[in-house]
Amino acid sequence: MSAPDPNISGSMTVETPTGPAQPMILNMGPQHPSTHGVLRVVLELDGETVLKAESVIGYLHTGIEKSCEAKTYSQAITLTDRIDYLAPLSNNLAYCLAVEKLLNLEIPKRAQYVRVLLTELTRIASHLVWLGTHAIDMGAMSVFLYGFREREEILKIFEYVSGQRMMTSYFRVGGLALEPPPDFLDRVRRLLDVLPGRIDDYEDLLTDNKIWKARMIGVGHLTAADAIALGCSGPLLRASGVNYDIRKMFPYSRYDEFEFNVPTRTEGDCYARYLCRVAEMRESIKIVKQALQKVPAEGPFRADVPGIIPPSREEMKTSIEGLIYHFKIFTEGFAPPPGEVYSAIESPRGELGVFVASDGSAKPYRVHFRTPSFVNLQSLPRLCVGRLLADVVACIGTTDIVLGEVDR
Amino acid sequence: MEEGRARLESLTAPSGKRPEDGRIVDSQEIARHPVAEKLKAWDSRAIAGLIEFRGEVTVVVLREHLVPVADYLAKEPSLGFTFLSDITVVDRFPLEPRFEVNYQFLSLERKERLRLKVKLVGKEPSMPSLTPLFPTANWHEREIFDLFGIRFEGHPDLKRILMPDDWEGHPLRKDYPTEGFR
Repeated sequence: MSAPDPNISGSMTVETPTGPAQPMILNMGPQHPSTHGVLRVVLELDGETVLKAESVIGYLHTGIEKSCEAKTYSQAITLTDRIDYLAPLSNNLAYCLAVEKLLNLEIPKRAQYVRVLLTELTRIASHLVWLGTHAIDMGAMSVFLYGFREREEILKIFEYVSGQRMMTSYFRVGGLALEPPPDFLDRVRRLLDVLPGRIDDYEDLLTDNKIWKARMIGVGHLTAADAIALGCSGPLLRASGVNYDIRKMFPYSRYDEFEFNVPTRTEGDCYARYLCRVAEMRESIKIVKQALQKVPAEGPFRADVPGIIPPSREEMKTSIEGLIYHFKIFTEGFAPPPGEVYSAIESPRGELGVFVASDGSAKPYRVHFRTPSFVNLQSLPRLCVGRLLADVVACIGTTDIVLGEVDR
Repeated sequence: MEEGRARLESLTAPSGKRPEDGRIVDSQEIARHPVAEKLKAWDSRAIAGLIEFRGEVTVVVLREHLVPVADYLAKEPSLGFTFLSDITVVDRFPLEPRFEVNYQFLSLERKERLRLKVKLVGKEPSMPSLTPLFPTANWHEREIFDLFGIRFEGHPDLKRILMPDDWEGHPLRKDYPTEGFR
């Protein structure tokens, strides 16, 4: 026992521990503001240095894959919104493309361009939330408020088109749920007028910010080989120098007709991921601008396949065949041929793959979502072991996980 | 009315039918797929079947060949299937072999996807783990262990990932009711 500390008044005695230092176990989350939901990370610490990090997930597991098996193909679309609640339209698209592949459907041009336009807006909205929340984690409050201001404008467009801000379920098998309203494109144009300037504003606040750079440069380094071995995708992979973007490699929804670059960096640290995402927002604006030119003002927004795609409202009300098909589609659904498909899109977070197995009935036999957040989160120990506790926050932030998508 | 209801039930009840059984294919069919041809040239026993559907190629391999085949696909420079996108399982209960484990590979050089499929009997199902070769398999295999009850031999830390540790049963199995056991 050591002598009482003369600086402390009273009778309290201070014991200095002897022997080798023991690592400390620290639970970060599941209720922690910078874990973006309910992620729990069990950290083993030596002082402030991270020795081991283990993610514990499953707090948001809702059994979406199991629920899909009990619904018809169209009903399951509403569940896909809830997987990644920051990019619902990307999920809708991934699922619809998989079912359309199963059915071998041809989608009208107009629907495809609207799909591209809206998913790119989704990407911007999702990156804005990422930027805002990550800036808060790093101690910059204002970007969050600005980012949410612009995101709200994008959500207003979603609401105008589909009637819902977030759980849109706007993409349906065969096309779109509703005809896009006439002045929807003008709204998007008005948004695009201001958006590039706003992104400049965020960059003014952050890119050369000393604190921002000190917290991000060289932190959470991931090599290209590690990123591939860990199955990382999206900006996490591209910031490590691997040029893998599904929109370029396996173009879907006519992405091959659009001109855009895939921003990549080679540093592989948190700052590189930030630069990648900001550059991606600018590229998305480019894509939306081209989509605005391409979207035809008139024309079908759903494929014309009786028995699978619902007839138009007018047809349903005026023709007996239309009424029969409408009734059949909404009571018993449609039955794709037996088979298995895997279809992947580039969601804001990376490769969002949907595996659908059909056994020839009107309900999917098995639906599996290969969600980018789930796979990307595996890289967390690789990013933060050996670094300080404060860097864990930066690492979790820049992997850009959505816990709804991790747990499904 | 009765007839309509019966028809509705027959249409919406799962049949569990397999889309197409992997069959032993002749060399002519294999020759149409460069990757399958290479695999066959490397080891004539590697391919137990070949399925083509909607432009996707699935190679059926036997359980004991999975690890060498995956290793070959990743290490052979002209193939380069180094990116393991996804692992997932389809449960064909009550058919046997009951489980189909699907490995979704991607070659960044060839810009090509390839699916490997392994069929597994339902009694004490177990698979060799791919985690030593592909670290990304770690969580996929834990998820499959959790939701389907398939064990992965050689996995460094095989435990439940999504369900609570004390959960009983494996929810994505077809004999597990959607509402859970009550």
